[in-house]
Amino acid sequence: MDFTFTEEQRMMATAVRELLDDVAAPAVLRAAAGAPELNEGPAAGGDDPQRWARLVELGLPGMLAPEVVGGLGLQDIDFVLVAEEVGRAALPENLVEHAGIAVPLLAACSAPRAQAWLTRAAAGEVRLAVGHPLNATVLGAAASDALLLFQGDEVHLVERAAATLQRQASVDRLRSLATVTWTPAAATLLAGGAEGAALRELAFARGAVVNAAQALGLAERMVRIAVDYASTRQQFGKPIGSYQALKHHMADVQVQLEYARPVVYAAAARLAEFAAGVSSGAGTAGATAATAPALLARLNAVVSGAKLMAMEAADLAGRKGLQLHGAMGYSWEVDLHFYVKRAWALAGSWGDRAWHQRRLESLVLDGVVTDDLAVLHHEHG
Amino acid sequence: MTVQLHYTPAQQAFRAEVRAWMEANVPREKLDTLEGAAGFAQHVAWERQLAGGRWGMVTWPEEYGGRGCTLVEWLIFEEEYYRAGAPLRANQNGIFLLGPTLMEFGTPEQKARYLPPMAAGEEMWAQAWSEPQAGSDMAAIRATATREGDDYVLRGHKIWSSRGTYADWAFGIFRTDPASDKHKGLSFILVPLRHPGVRVRGIPQLHGQTGFAEIFFEEARVPVANRLGGEGQGWNIAMATAGFERGLMLRSPARFQATARRLGELYRQNADRADGTVRAAVAKAWLQAEAYALNTYATATRLMAGGHIGAEASLNKIFWSELDLAMHAAAMSLLGARAELLPHAPAAAGVGDWLEGWIFAQSGPIYAGTNEIQRNIIAERVLGMPR
Repeated sequence: MDFTFTEEQRMMATAVRELLDDVAAPAVLRAAAGAPELNEGPAAGGDDPQRWARLVELGLPGMLAPEVVGGLGLQDIDFVLVAEEVGRAALPENLVEHAGIAVPLLAACSAPRAQAWLTRAAAGEVRLAVGHPLNATVLGAAASDALLLFQGDEVHLVERAAATLQRQASVDRLRSLATVTWTPAAATLLAGGAEGAALRELAFARGAVVNAAQALGLAERMVRIAVDYASTRQQFGKPIGSYQALKHHMADVQVQLEYARPVVYAAAARLAEFAAGVSSGAGTAGATAATAPALLARLNAVVSGAKLMAMEAADLAGRKGLQLHGAMGYSWEVDLHFYVKRAWALAGSWGDRAWHQRRLESLVLDGVVTDDLAVLHHEHG
Repeated sequence: MTVQLHYTPAQQAFRAEVRAWMEANVPREKLDTLEGAAGFAQHVAWERQLAGGRWGMVTWPEEYGGRGCTLVEWLIFEEEYYRAGAPLRANQNGIFLLGPTLMEFGTPEQKARYLPPMAAGEEMWAQAWSEPQAGSDMAAIRATATREGDDYVLRGHKIWSSRGTYADWAFGIFRTDPASDKHKGLSFILVPLRHPGVRVRGIPQLHGQTGFAEIFFEEARVPVANRLGGEGQGWNIAMATAGFERGLMLRSPARFQATARRLGELYRQNADRADGTVRAAVAKAWLQAEAYALNTYATATRLMAGGHIGAEASLNKIFWSELDLAMHAAAMSLLGARAELLPHAPAAAGVGDWLEGWIFAQSGPIYAGTNEIQRNIIAERVLGMPR
């Protein structure tokens, strides 16, 4: 039992933070978003090939790819801290979908075509976007070389040129969104049946967890912006942050954030174990009929819990941060809104609040005994 | 290592040992309330039975009556304790608050004197910090300890001391420097409660029981050797005690996980009359109890790796006290028209202990430092907002 990250994991997160503090600084985001009075942001949604190249230099696209294909051979629990940094920076590129969902999916897929794409995706030479039926749009589709798409239990890899994209403008100008029209074909099929279903389940769980991790980073960023402002802005002759009403707003956010955090980390750890089981054939496919449903139920409960709690923290950070800024908070001129809007966008992605709430209620109240759902399951030796 | 959430074989064996002992020893009949004289005596008897199995305080070294367990083993112990439905701890202020404080600040003589009888359930402890004019503003303490030779003479009035009515000893903070104010000039002193010059009066609480006490010190004389830490160091030591209280030990997650589990059962029994908001509240209770457990394991493994607990302890206190209220509110809602019935009312069959828990939950956001004070601490010391 251990709940501490290693020095290497922390160093990787620090390296990502330092890079993003530079290449995705608030001033960079502001410039990319374009003039406030425009009806919508730039067509590319702020996507920048030069910044992508810097992410590639750190090896981030291939973090979850095996070393034999040039990846770093790491796990979801390693990636969760990176996703948190991506959230903190409101990075425009779809790094977490590419590196946190698409690459491990290809790595776990037995089709030769998946392996061919995997090597190039891990190296960041090609970019991938992921479309899931629960998401209304696909993030990063326009800049992608290929899209991973789901049809029933089938997973397809569709080259962008073979799909029709329709751009969709978001309140978060730094997200490049599109709807995708495509035709499933034998040539696009990567996996079907039990393998396809398992890959789809894992992709969805990863989507929820990496989005929850981003929400943690976003919440922390918004709290920091608000606290800094409250320490300098003066009213009635004192910094407004010295007033209890504002202190208590921020303390409430901090409570939400610090209790969401271990749930997100636990979800990533459970996800890594589950994924290892799937790829070794010992998970959904190989587990006994008696244990597989309980394993999946336990994973789903912590994943939905992570998404719900992290999004609640980010939502609260946005609302309280905006309130603390007063009229400034409602203006384009402070940086807060870039992060507030990202939190709004992520709230509905990879299962919205109602979806995860319903799933959690069903698991906890209608399903297996809740003892079996405990995140720290009391297995006996 | 990295984050990995499995128990080692040794930890699993420890769990099995605790489980077996609890199954064989936990009283089948629920004890009377800890807040009344008869119930307190029953709970003291249970403390002694626990100590007989060397389960009094598992994290303490063996020489003090413990088992030298790690914090993770302590969490496992607590999980099995609450899983078995074992009674509340009569000596919680001693074992969870004063014990760790003695471990850190006590002399070898003090540790040898006070820890073994505490673990054995022979001496029950209460906290004597608040005063009528020093509640949230704890630094406004007026009670004095005047040095006379090798003794302190205590004068003053302490209040809101949980289980102080029945306890044998209290740990208090007294002003040893009469010229001092606020948090300077205070000392942390251990006082026997059945002692010349000490008068204890029970205060009826919301449930009518009088476990809660005010304590009058009327020239009570205690040896200087009863002072914990240096003269004038009382505030710092009290803050360390408060850190244990809020941060880790006083309210272990297992207690809330057990309540969440019972709430789930109550929901299933009453599902036909529950609406969507109660359903959501019950699922949220499960999730938040899990979050609290995960957060506590994170704190425990961080401390085991050499870390320290700081102002972030205030986050815990807010979280568990609000969780406890929310869970009991959901239960009251599920019980509906029968929620108000006292357990012995003829029509109350099957309503369980929820009303008692609901009343007690009201105190959570108040004791151990009000949640408003905790929010100030978080804002100023965790987030760095201006004072």
